[in-house]
Amino acid sequence: MKRFFPILAVLTAVLLSYALYQALVAAPTDQLQGDVYRIIYYHVPSAWTAFLFFTINFVASVLYLIRRNLKADAVAVAAAEVGVVFCTVVLITGPLWARPVWGIWWTWDIRLTSTLVLWLIYVSYLILRRFSSGSQTPVLAAALAIFGALDVPLVYFSIWFFRTQHPQPVIGDGGSMDPRMLHVLLLSWAAFLCFGFLVFWSRYRLEVLQRQLEDAQAQESLLEARSS
Amino acid sequence: MNFLYAAYTATWIIHITYLTILVRRYKRLRQKIEQLGKE
Repeated sequence: MKRFFPILAVLTAVLLSYALYQALVAAPTDQLQGDVYRIIYYHVPSAWTAFLFFTINFVASVLYLIRRNLKADAVAVAAAEVGVVFCTVVLITGPLWARPVWGIWWTWDIRLTSTLVLWLIYVSYLILRRFSSGSQTPVLAAALAIFGALDVPLVYFSIWFFRTQHPQPVIGDGGSMDPRMLHVLLLSWAAFLCFGFLVFWSRYRLEVLQRQLEDAQAQESLLEARSS
Repeated sequence: MNFLYAAYTATWIIHITYLTILVRRYKRLRQKIEQLGKE
Protein backbone atom coordinates (compact mmCIF):
# COMPACT_ATOMS: atom_id res chain seq x y z
CA MET A 1 0.00 0.00 0.00
CA LYS A 2 2.89 2.37 0.85
CA ARG A 3 4.23 2.12 -2.72
CA PHE A 4 0.83 2.72 -4.33
CA PHE A 5 -0.22 5.52 -1.99
CA PRO A 6 1.21 8.45 -4.04
CA ILE A 7 -0.27 7.04 -7.27
CA LEU A 8 -3.67 6.56 -5.62
CA ALA A 9 -3.47 10.07 -4.17
CA VAL A 10 -2.86 11.58 -7.62
CA LEU A 11 -5.67 9.48 -9.17
CA THR A 12 -8.03 10.55 -6.37
CA ALA A 13 -7.14 14.23 -6.89
CA VAL A 14 -7.87 13.87 -10.64
CA LEU A 15 -11.16 12.07 -9.92
CA LEU A 16 -12.23 14.71 -7.36
CA SER A 17 -11.41 17.54 -9.82
CA TYR A 18 -13.34 15.81 -12.61
CA ALA A 19 -16.30 15.17 -10.28
CA LEU A 20 -16.24 18.83 -9.21
CA TYR A 21 -16.33 19.95 -12.86
CA GLN A 22 -19.19 17.54 -13.60
CA ALA A 23 -21.12 18.69 -10.51
CA LEU A 24 -20.75 22.42 -11.09
CA VAL A 25 -20.69 22.67 -14.89
CA ALA A 26 -21.70 19.53 -16.79
CA ALA A 27 -24.71 18.33 -14.74
CA PRO A 28 -28.03 19.80 -15.92
CA THR A 29 -29.72 22.46 -13.76
CA ASP A 30 -32.80 21.40 -11.77
CA GLN A 31 -35.97 23.08 -13.07
CA LEU A 32 -37.49 23.61 -9.61
CA GLN A 33 -34.51 24.28 -7.36
CA GLY A 34 -32.06 25.87 -9.79
CA ASP A 35 -28.34 25.51 -9.19
CA VAL A 36 -28.58 25.09 -5.43
CA TYR A 37 -29.64 21.45 -5.95
CA ARG A 38 -25.97 20.78 -6.93
CA ILE A 39 -25.23 20.60 -3.19
CA ILE A 40 -26.60 17.04 -3.52
CA TYR A 41 -23.34 16.03 -5.28
CA TYR A 42 -21.42 16.65 -2.05
CA HIS A 43 -24.17 16.03 0.53
CA VAL A 44 -25.38 12.58 -0.57
CA PRO A 45 -21.96 10.99 -1.36
CA SER A 46 -20.67 12.28 1.99
CA ALA A 47 -23.63 10.62 3.74
CA TRP A 48 -23.08 7.29 1.94
CA THR A 49 -19.35 7.43 2.72
CA ALA A 50 -20.05 8.20 6.40
CA PHE A 51 -22.47 5.22 6.58
CA LEU A 52 -19.83 2.98 5.03
CA PHE A 53 -17.17 3.98 7.57
CA PHE A 54 -19.60 3.59 10.47
CA THR A 55 -20.37 0.10 9.15
CA ILE A 56 -16.63 -0.67 8.99
CA ASN A 57 -16.37 0.60 12.57
CA PHE A 58 -19.23 -1.73 13.58
CA VAL A 59 -17.67 -4.83 11.93
CA ALA A 60 -14.23 -4.04 13.40
CA SER A 61 -15.76 -3.46 16.87
CA VAL A 62 -17.59 -6.81 16.77
CA LEU A 63 -14.35 -8.50 15.63
CA TYR A 64 -12.50 -6.87 18.51
CA LEU A 65 -15.09 -8.00 21.04
CA ILE A 66 -14.97 -11.59 19.75
CA ARG A 67 -11.23 -12.02 19.15
CA ARG A 68 -9.61 -9.11 21.04
CA ASN A 69 -7.78 -8.34 17.80
CA LEU A 70 -5.80 -5.09 18.22
CA LYS A 71 -5.68 -4.43 14.48
CA ALA A 72 -9.48 -4.57 14.39
CA ASP A 73 -9.55 -2.03 17.23
CA ALA A 74 -7.22 0.29 15.28
CA VAL A 75 -9.45 -0.08 12.19
CA ALA A 76 -12.49 0.79 14.35
CA VAL A 77 -10.89 4.00 15.65
CA ALA A 78 -9.75 5.12 12.19
CA ALA A 79 -13.14 4.33 10.60
CA ALA A 80 -15.06 6.19 13.32
CA GLU A 81 -12.92 9.30 12.95
CA VAL A 82 -13.21 9.41 9.13
CA GLY A 83 -16.95 8.66 9.41
CA VAL A 84 -17.42 11.61 11.79
CA VAL A 85 -15.61 13.93 9.33
CA PHE A 86 -17.94 12.90 6.49
CA CYS A 87 -20.99 13.08 8.78
CA THR A 88 -19.96 16.63 9.73
CA VAL A 89 -19.97 17.52 6.02
CA VAL A 90 -23.51 16.09 5.78
CA LEU A 91 -24.71 18.16 8.75
CA ILE A 92 -23.18 21.37 7.34
CA THR A 93 -24.21 20.98 3.68
CA GLY A 94 -27.76 19.85 4.56
CA PRO A 95 -28.84 23.15 6.20
CA LEU A 96 -27.05 25.10 3.43
CA TRP A 97 -29.37 23.34 0.96
CA ALA A 98 -32.46 23.54 3.22
CA ARG A 99 -32.29 27.32 3.76
CA PRO A 100 -32.95 28.35 0.13
CA VAL A 101 -35.23 25.35 -0.68
CA TRP A 102 -37.30 24.91 2.51
CA GLY A 103 -36.86 28.44 3.87
CA ILE A 104 -35.41 27.12 7.16
CA TRP A 105 -31.96 25.96 8.23
CA TRP A 106 -33.11 23.05 10.37
CA THR A 107 -36.22 21.13 11.43
CA TRP A 108 -36.53 18.36 14.03
CA ASP A 109 -37.48 15.86 11.35
CA ILE A 110 -36.69 12.14 11.88
CA ARG A 111 -33.99 12.01 9.15
CA LEU A 112 -32.23 15.15 10.34
CA THR A 113 -32.55 14.36 14.04
CA SER A 114 -31.36 10.74 13.69
CA THR A 115 -28.35 11.96 11.66
CA LEU A 116 -27.49 14.45 14.40
CA VAL A 117 -27.84 11.68 17.01
CA LEU A 118 -25.58 9.43 14.90
CA TRP A 119 -22.94 12.17 14.78
CA LEU A 120 -23.21 12.73 18.55
CA ILE A 121 -22.83 8.99 19.27
CA TYR A 122 -19.62 8.76 17.23
CA VAL A 123 -18.26 12.01 18.66
CA SER A 124 -18.85 10.44 22.11
CA TYR A 125 -17.00 7.35 20.87
CA LEU A 126 -14.02 9.49 19.83
CA ILE A 127 -14.06 11.44 23.12
CA LEU A 128 -14.06 8.13 25.00
CA ARG A 129 -11.08 6.92 22.94
CA ARG A 130 -9.23 10.19 23.40
CA PHE A 131 -9.65 10.84 27.11
CA SER A 132 -9.99 7.40 28.68
CA SER A 133 -6.81 5.36 29.07
CA GLY A 134 -8.01 2.33 31.04
CA SER A 135 -7.58 -1.22 29.75
CA GLN A 136 -11.36 -1.52 29.38
CA THR A 137 -11.61 1.50 27.05
CA PRO A 138 -11.53 -0.49 23.77
CA VAL A 139 -14.26 -2.83 25.10
CA LEU A 140 -16.49 0.06 26.21
CA ALA A 141 -15.86 1.87 22.92
CA ALA A 142 -16.70 -1.28 20.92
CA ALA A 143 -19.98 -1.63 22.83
CA LEU A 144 -20.79 2.03 22.17
CA ALA A 145 -19.95 1.53 18.49
CA ILE A 146 -22.50 -1.31 18.28
CA PHE A 147 -25.22 0.99 19.68
CA GLY A 148 -24.12 3.71 17.27
CA ALA A 149 -24.34 1.34 14.32
CA LEU A 150 -28.00 0.62 15.19
CA ASP A 151 -28.73 4.24 14.28
CA VAL A 152 -27.30 3.87 10.74
CA PRO A 153 -30.26 1.84 9.34
CA LEU A 154 -32.65 4.14 11.23
CA VAL A 155 -31.15 7.17 9.47
CA TYR A 156 -31.10 5.44 6.08
CA PHE A 157 -34.61 3.95 6.16
CA SER A 158 -36.32 6.77 8.08
CA ILE A 159 -37.54 8.38 4.85
CA TRP A 160 -39.34 5.13 3.92
CA PHE A 161 -40.91 4.41 7.30
CA PHE A 162 -41.80 7.88 8.61
CA ARG A 163 -43.41 11.01 7.27
CA THR A 164 -40.52 13.35 6.71
CA GLN A 165 -39.68 16.67 5.14
CA HIS A 166 -36.43 15.26 3.75
CA PRO A 167 -36.46 14.45 0.00
CA GLN A 168 -37.25 10.85 -0.96
CA PRO A 169 -34.49 8.47 -2.17
CA VAL A 170 -32.76 9.51 -5.39
CA ILE A 171 -31.78 6.00 -6.48
CA GLY A 172 -33.31 2.53 -6.13
CA ASP A 173 -37.05 1.82 -6.02
CA GLY A 174 -38.23 5.28 -5.00
CA GLY A 175 -35.72 7.18 -7.15
CA SER A 176 -36.73 9.28 -10.13
CA MET A 177 -33.49 11.10 -10.87
CA ASP A 178 -32.44 12.21 -14.34
CA PRO A 179 -29.83 9.66 -15.59
CA ARG A 180 -27.33 12.49 -16.29
CA MET A 181 -27.67 13.72 -12.72
CA LEU A 182 -27.42 10.16 -11.38
CA HIS A 183 -24.21 9.63 -13.37
CA VAL A 184 -22.62 12.72 -11.74
CA LEU A 185 -23.87 11.65 -8.31
CA LEU A 186 -22.27 8.20 -8.63
CA LEU A 187 -19.07 9.72 -10.02
CA SER A 188 -18.94 12.09 -7.07
CA TRP A 189 -19.46 9.18 -4.69
CA ALA A 190 -16.63 7.21 -6.33
CA ALA A 191 -14.34 10.24 -5.89
CA PHE A 192 -15.28 10.70 -2.22
CA LEU A 193 -14.95 6.98 -1.61
CA CYS A 194 -11.36 6.97 -2.95
CA PHE A 195 -10.56 10.09 -0.93
CA GLY A 196 -12.15 8.58 2.18
CA PHE A 197 -10.14 5.37 1.88
CA LEU A 198 -6.87 7.28 1.48
CA VAL A 199 -7.62 9.33 4.59
CA PHE A 200 -8.75 6.18 6.42
CA TRP A 201 -5.52 4.35 5.51
CA SER A 202 -3.42 7.31 6.72
CA ARG A 203 -5.36 7.44 9.98
CA TYR A 204 -5.00 3.67 10.45
CA ARG A 205 -1.22 3.87 9.94
CA LEU A 206 -1.05 6.73 12.43
CA GLU A 207 -2.99 4.67 15.00
CA VAL A 208 -0.68 1.67 14.52
CA LEU A 209 2.44 3.89 14.88
CA GLN A 210 0.96 5.55 17.98
CA ARG A 211 0.38 2.15 19.60
CA GLN A 212 3.89 0.95 18.71
CA LEU A 213 5.32 4.09 20.30
CA GLU A 214 3.23 3.61 23.45
CA ASP A 215 4.45 -0.02 23.70
CA ALA A 216 8.08 1.08 23.25
CA GLN A 217 7.68 3.80 25.92
CA ALA A 218 6.09 1.30 28.31
CA GLN A 219 8.96 -1.16 27.77
CA GLU A 220 11.52 1.59 28.30
CA SER A 221 9.99 2.72 31.58
CA LEU A 222 9.79 -0.92 32.71
CA LEU A 223 13.50 -1.38 31.98
CA GLU A 224 14.29 1.87 33.84
CA ALA A 225 12.26 0.72 36.85
CA ARG A 226 14.06 -2.64 36.90
CA SER A 227 17.54 -1.10 36.67
CA SER A 228 16.94 1.46 39.46
CA MET B 1 -25.49 30.29 -5.92
CA ASN B 2 -24.05 31.63 -2.66
CA PHE B 3 -25.41 28.64 -0.72
CA LEU B 4 -23.95 26.26 -3.30
CA TYR B 5 -20.48 27.77 -3.07
CA ALA B 6 -20.74 27.96 0.72
CA ALA B 7 -21.55 24.23 0.87
CA TYR B 8 -18.66 23.25 -1.42
CA THR B 9 -16.24 25.56 0.39
CA ALA B 10 -17.35 24.28 3.82
CA THR B 11 -16.85 20.67 2.67
CA TRP B 12 -13.25 21.33 1.64
CA ILE B 13 -12.50 23.41 4.73
CA ILE B 14 -13.62 20.44 6.89
CA HIS B 15 -11.53 17.93 4.90
CA ILE B 16 -8.44 20.14 4.72
CA THR B 17 -8.65 20.94 8.44
CA TYR B 18 -8.83 17.22 9.25
CA LEU B 19 -5.90 16.45 6.91
CA THR B 20 -3.87 19.23 8.59
CA ILE B 21 -4.63 17.72 12.01
CA LEU B 22 -3.49 14.29 10.74
CA VAL B 23 -0.23 15.71 9.33
CA ARG B 24 0.49 17.52 12.64
CA ARG B 25 -0.20 14.37 14.66
CA TYR B 26 2.11 12.39 12.34
CA LYS B 27 4.92 14.97 12.71
CA ARG B 28 4.57 14.95 16.50
CA LEU B 29 4.70 11.15 16.49
CA ARG B 30 7.82 11.14 14.30
CA GLN B 31 9.51 13.54 16.72
CA LYS B 32 8.64 11.31 19.67
CA ILE B 33 9.94 8.22 17.84
CA GLU B 34 13.21 10.03 17.01
CA GLN B 35 13.57 11.14 20.64
CA LEU B 36 13.01 7.60 21.86
CA GLY B 37 15.61 6.36 19.38
CA LYS B 38 18.19 8.88 20.70
CA GLU B 39 17.53 7.93 24.33
